[in-house]
Amino acid sequence: MLAYAFRRLLISVPLLLLSSAVVYLLVNLSGDPLAEFKGRNPPVPEAVLQQRRHELYLDHSLPAQYWHWLSGIVQGRFGRSIQSIDIGADLQHRLAVTLRMVVLAMILAILLAVVVGVLSAVKQYSPGDYAATLVGFLALSMPVFWLAALLKEFIAIDINRALGQTFIYTIGDSTPNLTGSYFSRLSNQLGHLLLPTIALAAVSYAAWSRYQRSSMLDVLNSDYIRLARAKGLSRSRVLVRHALRCALIPLTTVVALDVGAILGGAVITERVFAWHGMGEMLLTSVNAQDINRLLAWLMVSAVIVVLFNLFADLLYAYLDPRIRYA
Amino acid sequence: MPDTAKLDTLLPGDPAGVKAAGHVEREFTVESRSQFSLVLRRFLQHRLAVASLMIFVLLVVVSLGGNIVWHYRSTTITDDLSLAPSLKHPFGTDAVGHDLFGQVLAGTRVSVLVSLLVAALSTVFGTVYGAVSGFYSGRLDNLLMRFVDLLLTVPTLAIFVTVSTLLAGGGGDPITIALILASLSWLSIARVIRGLFLSLREKEYVEAARCLGASDTRIIFRHLLPNAVGPIIVNATITVAVAILTETALSYLGFGIKFPSTSLGLLISDGQSAASTRPWLFYFPGLVIILIALTINFIGDGLRDALDPQQNRVRA
Repeated sequence: MLAYAFRRLLISVPLLLLSSAVVYLLVNLSGDPLAEFKGRNPPVPEAVLQQRRHELYLDHSLPAQYWHWLSGIVQGRFGRSIQSIDIGADLQHRLAVTLRMVVLAMILAILLAVVVGVLSAVKQYSPGDYAATLVGFLALSMPVFWLAALLKEFIAIDINRALGQTFIYTIGDSTPNLTGSYFSRLSNQLGHLLLPTIALAAVSYAAWSRYQRSSMLDVLNSDYIRLARAKGLSRSRVLVRHALRCALIPLTTVVALDVGAILGGAVITERVFAWHGMGEMLLTSVNAQDINRLLAWLMVSAVIVVLFNLFADLLYAYLDPRIRYA
Repeated sequence: MPDTAKLDTLLPGDPAGVKAAGHVEREFTVESRSQFSLVLRRFLQHRLAVASLMIFVLLVVVSLGGNIVWHYRSTTITDDLSLAPSLKHPFGTDAVGHDLFGQVLAGTRVSVLVSLLVAALSTVFGTVYGAVSGFYSGRLDNLLMRFVDLLLTVPTLAIFVTVSTLLAGGGGDPITIALILASLSWLSIARVIRGLFLSLREKEYVEAARCLGASDTRIIFRHLLPNAVGPIIVNATITVAVAILTETALSYLGFGIKFPSTSLGLLISDGQSAASTRPWLFYFPGLVIILIALTINFIGDGLRDALDPQQNRVRA
């Protein structure tokens, strides 16, 4: 297992390096860092442009620029932002905000998907199964931000009215300058987290629960499950120990593949709920053509995706020993 | 119990049986069905899918109807400002006086065309890519698939956002947006087809074709591809639904289709600020998107059941 883990880890490094090169090329093709100076009246003096080019390391060849940027990234320096933002510190703060939502949404989606998927496989063609399928299809067909707006309009306002106080917040990631006990701060954060997390989890839940249902059906119809029952094991033991373990294997791959999509979904969810997280960072840096900030975003998300895939690979190998020795 | 004597005569190798088998068709008047009619029959049994197909076709036809269907165009400015839905304006009007029903028709037209274009482009490219990768396997397969992995390391939405500023400069006409969406939508199709081809290439009929001197191209296109039609069609259908939602998301973020073109995503995005005061501006375009995506997903489900009955995988 350790050797396998080491091998997977080794593969991730060149993957990330290549990814950084692709990302760098893409961003360099797509934006002009000096765009803000172009077309100004009166024209910006050439000396200023020259100075700016030098500051942004643009007076070197592309491979040299790339190398300069890459060696900076590895040491945690993200380069200059043309919006004069300290990219590293800003990133740290935003990452914490966004990851809170993403991780919670993933946990929620996985738990719900496994429970609902397994139940509707066990009770195939029951009214519950049909209801779950319908809900899944609806969630799969709904734009994230539309669902988010529905949650805001109907759920949040009604619950707050019923409670007689604002428990569920529809804007922002936390109330600024909040003082008070640890628990009041925690409940405040939870109130902010609730709706975005649900909105983000819905789509993934829909896809994953369908997946879990079909993989569970596959397993339940296999011979070794019949054998386990024939040996006299109880139904619940067979379901949990024999069937579920195998039925979880395909799900790990799907979840890992979807991490990128969830990060993309988080961009939209953050926009709807006016969070100051990674999503806002992506949109503002693209709009401002802030190349180094955009690059930092893309690299961080690439690292997150690769890490999640690594984790899924290890989990996969743990669940299915055949993978380890292949 | 079936009559054993009769079964015996049908066993292969028995000359009497072979003779009898030749007459089976006439004797029992079994109607032979083509593969297509089998699939069609199975699809028609899936009532939800058939109903979805009818609704979807109706939506597309109505949206393509233009002036014949509805007298207000998306750009017509009426004197009715911010009116709630009524008989004159079934979906209401916005603050400028645009009739929302006319706008939704135009938006549907653009959104559906964009997503169909995305599905067509990415299906063709993804199929060929996956087919080559799976058929040649080995080193080439490794290289091609690592490239797919590489593209999957960065969230596709971020790449769309970045590229759309590059290509369109924020202009956002539908064709450009479709090309951008197609540029990364082929990844999942390529993966599925590659997996399929890895197993198909080991089949005996491939060996037979090779013995007869068929070239690789001929084997791929004449022998293997027809056997992969089921998954290809199902994936193409799902791509349509995904593309329409992605287009919506991009337009919502301000990196998709822009004025003077319109799309359902753009309409929702415009209507969002008025979600509580003039809710119709927000809810009607959203409902139409859900209707389109839902019907396409149901059609895909029906096609999956019809095209390969044993396969019960859902979309990855």
